[in-house]
Amino acid sequence: MEAHVRRENRLVLAHLYVATLALMLGAVFGLLQSLSRARWVSMPSSFDYYRMLTAHGVLMAIVFTTFFIVGLATLLTYRAIPRDRSLALGWSAFWLMTLGTLAAAATILSGNASVLYTFYAPLKAHPAFYLGTTVLVVGTWLVLIDILANAVWFWRTQPGRRLPLVVHGSACTFVMWFIATIGVAIEMLFFLIPWSLGWTPTVNVMMTRMLFWYFGHPLVYFWIMGAYLIWYNIIPLHYGGKIFSDALTRVAFLLLLILSTPVGIHHQFLEPGIAAGWKWLHTMNTYGVVVPSIMTAFVIFASFEMAAQRKGVKGFWATIRSLPWTNPAFTGPALGMILFIFGGFGGIVNASYSMDAIVHNTMWIVGHFHITVGGPVALTFVGTAYWLIPRLTGRRLFAPKLALAQTYTWFVGMAIMSTAMHWAGLLGSPRRTDDVTYFGVQAAAAWMPHMRAAAIGGSLLFLSILMFAAVAFGTLFTARDETQVIEVAQVEEHAALTPAYLDRIGTWATVAVVLAVLAYVGPMHELLEAHVYGAPGMRTW
Amino acid sequence: MALVVFLIAIGAAALSENMIPPSHIQTIDPTKVAQTPPFDRPGLRQTGQRQYEAYLLAHIFAFTPPHITIPVGSKVTFYTTSPDVVHGFFITNTAVNMMVVPGWVSSATHVFRRAGTYLLLCNGYCGSGHHYMYGTIEVKG
Ligand code: HEM
Ligand SMILES: [Cu+2]
Ligand SMILES: [Cu+2]
Repeated sequence: MEAHVRRENRLVLAHLYVATLALMLGAVFGLLQSLSRARWVSMPSSFDYYRMLTAHGVLMAIVFTTFFIVGLATLLTYRAIPRDRSLALGWSAFWLMTLGTLAAAATILSGNASVLYTFYAPLKAHPAFYLGTTVLVVGTWLVLIDILANAVWFWRTQPGRRLPLVVHGSACTFVMWFIATIGVAIEMLFFLIPWSLGWTPTVNVMMTRMLFWYFGHPLVYFWIMGAYLIWYNIIPLHYGGKIFSDALTRVAFLLLLILSTPVGIHHQFLEPGIAAGWKWLHTMNTYGVVVPSIMTAFVIFASFEMAAQRKGVKGFWATIRSLPWTNPAFTGPALGMILFIFGGFGGIVNASYSMDAIVHNTMWIVGHFHITVGGPVALTFVGTAYWLIPRLTGRRLFAPKLALAQTYTWFVGMAIMSTAMHWAGLLGSPRRTDDVTYFGVQAAAAWMPHMRAAAIGGSLLFLSILMFAAVAFGTLFTARDETQVIEVAQVEEHAALTPAYLDRIGTWATVAVVLAVLAYVGPMHELLEAHVYGAPGMRTW
Repeated sequence: MALVVFLIAIGAAALSENMIPPSHIQTIDPTKVAQTPPFDRPGLRQTGQRQYEAYLLAHIFAFTPPHITIPVGSKVTFYTTSPDVVHGFFITNTAVNMMVVPGWVSSATHVFRRAGTYLLLCNGYCGSGHHYMYGTIEVKG
């Protein structure tokens, strides 16, 4: 390995191992949560359920996913644009993100920020929690600058050549992320931080919620874009396939860039203070953002099919059987895709008014996001780690059979846990609640069998994450093997030519900003016009 | 094309009246809830034949009043607000499900067609006693 590649690999590995540690710690809390809800474990008041749930949400939804996606996008960008580059920006991003994470985690684990990962005001955490999370987000902005700087360098030095597909995808992902995180940055800097420091006496609660969800929904698409980077560009390598179409891949990422933000109010269906018309508008937009996902399903299957045809395989089931079901780097993402099909149906249900009123804030929602982010996204990342880590460390994968078994265990555990959660949710079991027996009220008794099933599924999932950790850390000590290379899939020869305007990321970013402003200027204006009473902060834990 | 038809169908369904989500727009000073009518006297008020308005306060970690009783077939409009943090207001086996935000009044209506005990619970995390926050609605046959 050349020296500069080795240096880049170290940066990427740093991100992947922080992600792994977050996943491991988060899994311990996840397990305890599912056992507590089944009443097989009772958390002591010195380390209560909600402290643990805050840690689980932050570690899984923010830390694990963000570090992994940053590592992945950095790697793909650096490899697609090889040059002897300075890693100062990359390492600054890593250290800002890590320090921010440590500050937030220490505040949560010491019991000073049991506000859950949505930190809804007027629950008031210690300022270090808000400051830490803000620093984490600012760190990710440096990653955007790094990716864009590399793209600009590419355009300058190689005029006339197309921006590599993975750089295009990484740039779309982080531009979208930047636009989305502006919302949470405003929430932090102008509302929560001054208020938690005691500089302002009260806070505009509805405004902070709207700013949070302006960020909170695109957060989901950030995870999905990270997974799509892998689905489009990496997994075809595992089955000897190619990327179905260069143009369609770029279109999918551009659609996610422009459509991910103007949808956040669908998380606020059941809140006062927002006119029904805005809720309707955001719901319609939500159905729009389904389009790139349907496109992705089509393009991925087409890629499977073309690879199978080259091997002389025909028909749906024969195509499926021809895929490498014993390679964990493939089975992780592929089993994740199967879970995603169910997650997609659930998502369409959530976004409809009448159904949302029944499932809002019930375990249905928890079942839904475990089968979307905890399934397709996390399992794609975990599976891809089996491909990345050996190539980055220049070592053999430790215990490949364990790795393979890990992906299937996850699939089964997640299917059980998520099904049980969906079911309990339909029966009314609330989410984010330690003990759901309600002193023996009869209506609550019907939830218990499902809570126990979820705990069994959760235990399998926990076991699966332990297996992953064993392989990830084991691979630091195996025999050297530098023959494995990091590459990305090629595009099918017949793929249609890509129009140049698909590479104008600046123009598309402007469209994204305009759509976000149009979707939010009305409801935010109404909130500012209304005679709003501020709420003083409170620590109710 | 199929997608467009689907979107139009969903859009139209969402607009039809009974599917409009609770979007009550009314503010209230959260530090003065106990002095502000009608929440200074929370409880059930009959407004007509099998018609009620229920003013329930959601606060840490209880609903006030925690139990109400109504005859089967009653149409009840619930009004709720919070003097402290955000809560949830969810009656299981119904579509009465709303966020209670300090500074705002939330409202939803339901016709109780079946007799029995309905569980009212807080489904918005509000602090260490969140799981103790519940009430009941007794629907008498
Ligand atoms: C060992 C594996 C896991 C188990 C057993 C587990 C279990 C749970 C349980 C029982 C809850 C619900 C608690 C409640 O609402 O009262 C929960 C919440 C959550 N989980 Fe997991 N989980 C696991 C892995 C994951 C993964 C991999 C992710 C995402 C990458 C994830 C993301 C979340 C999020 C975002 C929440 C919501 C937190 C909140 O409501 O504030 N979990 N988990
Ligand atoms: Cu969402
Ligand atoms: Cu509560």
